[in-house]
Amino acid sequence: MQAGERLTPEQERKQAIRRDTREKRRQVLLIFGAGGAAAVAAGVPVVGALVAPALTPRRTAWRPVGQVSDFQVGQTAEVKFEVAERREGDGVSSTAGAWLRRTGERSFVCFQMNCTHLGCPVRWVASSGLFLCPCHGGVYDGTGRNVAGPPRIPLRRHAVRLVGDTVEIQAQPIPLPALTGETK
Amino acid sequence: MTPERKPRRFSPWVLFAPLLVLISGLLWGKRRRDDPASLPSQQVQVAHVADVPPAPLQPKRGPVGRWIEDRTGLLGLLDQAKQHRAPAKSRWAYVFGSATLFAFILLVVTGVALALLYQPDSTTAYGSLQAIDAHPLWRSLRGLHYFGASLMVVMVGVHMIRVYLFASYKYPREVSWLTGVALLFLTLAMAFTGQVLRWDQNGLWSVVVGAEQAARAPFIGHNLARFLLGGDTVNGGTVSHIFALHTLWFPALMFGLIGLHLFLAFKNGVSEPPERGKLVNPATYKAEYEQLLKTDGVLFWPTAAWRDVLFSSVLILLVAGLAYWLGPPAVTTPPNPTIVKADPRPDWYLTWYFSVLALWPYGITNAMLIAAPLMAVVALVAVPFIRNRGERHPARRPWAVGIVLAVVCTVAALTVVGNREPWLPRFEAQALPASVVASGDSSVRLGAALFHDQSCEACHMVSGYGGLRGPDLSSVGSRLSRGELAWRIQNGAQSMPPYAGRLTTGQLDHLLDFLQSRQKQ
Repeated sequence: MQAGERLTPEQERKQAIRRDTREKRRQVLLIFGAGGAAAVAAGVPVVGALVAPALTPRRTAWRPVGQVSDFQVGQTAEVKFEVAERREGDGVSSTAGAWLRRTGERSFVCFQMNCTHLGCPVRWVASSGLFLCPCHGGVYDGTGRNVAGPPRIPLRRHAVRLVGDTVEIQAQPIPLPALTGETK
Repeated sequence: MTPERKPRRFSPWVLFAPLLVLISGLLWGKRRRDDPASLPSQQVQVAHVADVPPAPLQPKRGPVGRWIEDRTGLLGLLDQAKQHRAPAKSRWAYVFGSATLFAFILLVVTGVALALLYQPDSTTAYGSLQAIDAHPLWRSLRGLHYFGASLMVVMVGVHMIRVYLFASYKYPREVSWLTGVALLFLTLAMAFTGQVLRWDQNGLWSVVVGAEQAARAPFIGHNLARFLLGGDTVNGGTVSHIFALHTLWFPALMFGLIGLHLFLAFKNGVSEPPERGKLVNPATYKAEYEQLLKTDGVLFWPTAAWRDVLFSSVLILLVAGLAYWLGPPAVTTPPNPTIVKADPRPDWYLTWYFSVLALWPYGITNAMLIAAPLMAVVALVAVPFIRNRGERHPARRPWAVGIVLAVVCTVAALTVVGNREPWLPRFEAQALPASVVASGDSSVRLGAALFHDQSCEACHMVSGYGGLRGPDLSSVGSRLSRGELAWRIQNGAQSMPPYAGRLTTGQLDHLLDFLQSRQKQ
């Protein structure tokens, strides 16, 4: 088309439609651009709050559970401690239990209380030397090995250390078995 | 000791009673309708058409009505809804969806009231629950919420079965089915989180069990688990986290989906009852349906709606009766993760799944924890895509009837088993009394003591004492030889630990002497 040439009505109509389309595209872009920016600005902390518990790094903490002399060699006893993510003012919900076995003069093994099937609290039956789970009948022997029932892996353990005569265990997340049976 | 059962204070099966009444009513009504002598069908047709004068398009309004309509247009919308027509034959079988809706409304109303009284905090929730239970009216409020939840779960199930059996999910109602599936899972999520908010030992361990299941999901499992717990373990923030999900996030999703579900029910209309040989053809269905509404349709308001309201009201009255009369489920021992004496179990409507978790082969547990729910989702979502046309009548869809029967029977059987909990070790089983041991032989008596001390009795029953996990050993001496008994004790089984190396030779001899003395009377 040359300059100064008159447009036919048909061409004018097409041009108007093109202009209109461009205009509408700009408007839609503006809506999604401005709206999107506002939504992201407001939404980041919202989504953050939603997913935070799933993403915060795992915490561990050493917790005293008693004196060496509180435990008898060869026996397994329940110990109670405060979970690693305990906050000021948290009540009893932020405590947990574990099974501590004194295996020698200054050696201990500590089992997490959660069954590796579905996390229920296993109970130590001293007379038979077995851990029994009250939910679906999982059975572990005194060393935490799964010997019967649904559990596929042994009881998980807390690390134990002696600070002087104080027994400390490392509070850690509850064991979460994965699809393959391993826990993290 | 005899197996102790916790006394159950109510039977949730009561909620099925109106259902039975309704089903018998349906059958009875159908017989009457099918009986040509009782009601000449032509007369019925005529009566329906005569029933429905053409609805006035512009109803008369007073000055206030005109003002509201002019400024808001709401009255016109209401009139439209009232003029909505439904197939005349869609009667009592179609009340379950609205019953679900009314149960949901009951839960919203009682829930927002409970939120005024409940303290959503791991530390104080238990105390606030006790305060609620101490006041007779608030106690009933919690009861209404609890039985309302039971009602909603039951009605969701029945509604879904009705829709599936009548193939109402076929063209053009596929999206209604899909939103319904999403609402089913949200309802279960609400039921689960609601149980956790009853923050006692049971609630506490329920969230742990839920997290452990979620943990099996590939890639995101651990994040999911920690999302449910509100952290790495049960902690001070767990309850407020679950509370937010239960009262804000999930309900918001449900409101949206229910809105869509209802909109679609009006947009596409309620399906007509299926007739043998009347096939759904997407090319012609909508026109046929329009025609049906013209010749044999009734006004939604009040001709179709009164049954919905009546049925739902009766159910809500029943729920209220249960709430006032029985009260909510008791809040058990305080939520203390250090107390090992816990027997966590889900509320009755999830008991069947609790049984599944105990009973399927142990080797596939890890995979099935994720695969089974996933398969359920896939199967349900696939339903309207497998076949959205063709026959709707259940008599011509034997697979559909078979599937429903199989699912209902399985869930019922697993619920019964779940209430017995045979897999549960009976920790509290007492040593066998002398009258049961009934022997002067000191070795037999020592064996009986070992039977208790070595936890055999936790899973095996002898003369009514002990657990149900393993076989009853009351007369095992008549069934198995000494060698066979020794082999089993030493080697154990799937659900029994091997005792080789755990018992001394002398102990094994005592135990064998005791078991051999268990003879048929």
